[in-house]
Amino acid sequence: MIGLNHYLILGSILFAISVVGIFLNRKNVLIILMAIELMLLAVNMNFIAFSRYLDDLAGQVFVFFILTVAAAESAIGLAILVVLFRSMRTIHVEDLDKLKG
Amino acid sequence: MDFTSFVFYFFSAILLLSALRVITARNPVHAALALVLAFFTAAALWMLLEAEFLAITLVLVYIGAVMVLFLFVVMMLDINVEEMRRGFWSYLPAGALVGGLMVVEMVMVLGGKDFGLGAVTPRPADYNHTAELGRVLYTDYVYPFELAAVILLVAMVAAIALTHRKRADTRQINPAEQVKVKRADRIRMVNLKPQKPEAPKEED
Repeated sequence: MIGLNHYLILGSILFAISVVGIFLNRKNVLIILMAIELMLLAVNMNFIAFSRYLDDLAGQVFVFFILTVAAAESAIGLAILVVLFRSMRTIHVEDLDKLKG
Repeated sequence: MDFTSFVFYFFSAILLLSALRVITARNPVHAALALVLAFFTAAALWMLLEAEFLAITLVLVYIGAVMVLFLFVVMMLDINVEEMRRGFWSYLPAGALVGGLMVVEMVMVLGGKDFGLGAVTPRPADYNHTAELGRVLYTDYVYPFELAAVILLVAMVAAIALTHRKRADTRQINPAEQVKVKRADRIRMVNLKPQKPEAPKEED
C-alpha cells in the first residue's frame, strides 16, 4: 500500500539530487537552471500528494501557480543567459564577475 | 505487492535515474532530454495521485514549451563542454555529503509516519477533477489567477525586451514624426520673376 510518506520521501530524494546537481555543475549556468526546475518538481510532488491525501484542492491550485511562476522564471532566466552569452561569449560562472565591487 | 505499488516504484525508479542523468550528463542536450523524461515520469506519478489536469498541464506546458525553450537555448549557445567539466568530480564529496544528510534527515522525519492520513478517500465514479479545479480556481482563487496572468505577460515582455536586437539595415517609419510635420518643412515658397520665353532661333 502506497502511503503519503512514500511520495514525501520520493520528493525529498529528488530535491537532494538536484542540490547535489548544483554542487557538481557549479560552472554551468544551464545545468543549474535545470536543477532548479527539478527542485520545483519535487516541491510540486509534495503539494499534490498532500492535496490527494487531505482531499483538499487548494494544494493543486498552488501547484498551478508554481508552474506559472516557474515558466516565467525559466523564460526570463534563459533570456538573460542568451544576452549574457551574446555580450561575453561565455556562460562560465567564474567568468561572470563584472559586478564585483 | 499490488499493482499500484508496482506502478509507483517503477515510475519512481525512472524518475530518480533520469534526475541523476540530468545532473551528470556530459552534454547539455542529453541533460535537457533526461529532464524531459523526468517531467514525463512525474506526470505519470501525478496521474497515480488522481491529479489528471495537472499531469496533462505538466506534459503540455513543461515538456511542450519550457523544455523546448531549454533545448533551443542549449543548441544556440556554443558551449565549451570540456572546460565546464573541469573539476566536476572534485565537488562530489561536499555535494554528496549535503545531499545524503538531507535525505537521511528527511527519511528520519517522514519515514514511518503518515500524519494521520492513512488511506485516501475514494472518489465517486462521476467525479470530474478538471471541473472541480476550475470551480475553485475561478471562485476562491480568482485574484491570484489574474495575478498569474499578469506575471506571464510581464515575463513575455521582459524576455522579448531583453533579447530584442535592432538591426542596422532595416528601414522604418516613425509615425510621431510623420504627424508632427509642418507645411513649412515640406514646401518652400519661391518668388520667381515672370520671364519671357526666348523666341526660337531660325534655322540656317
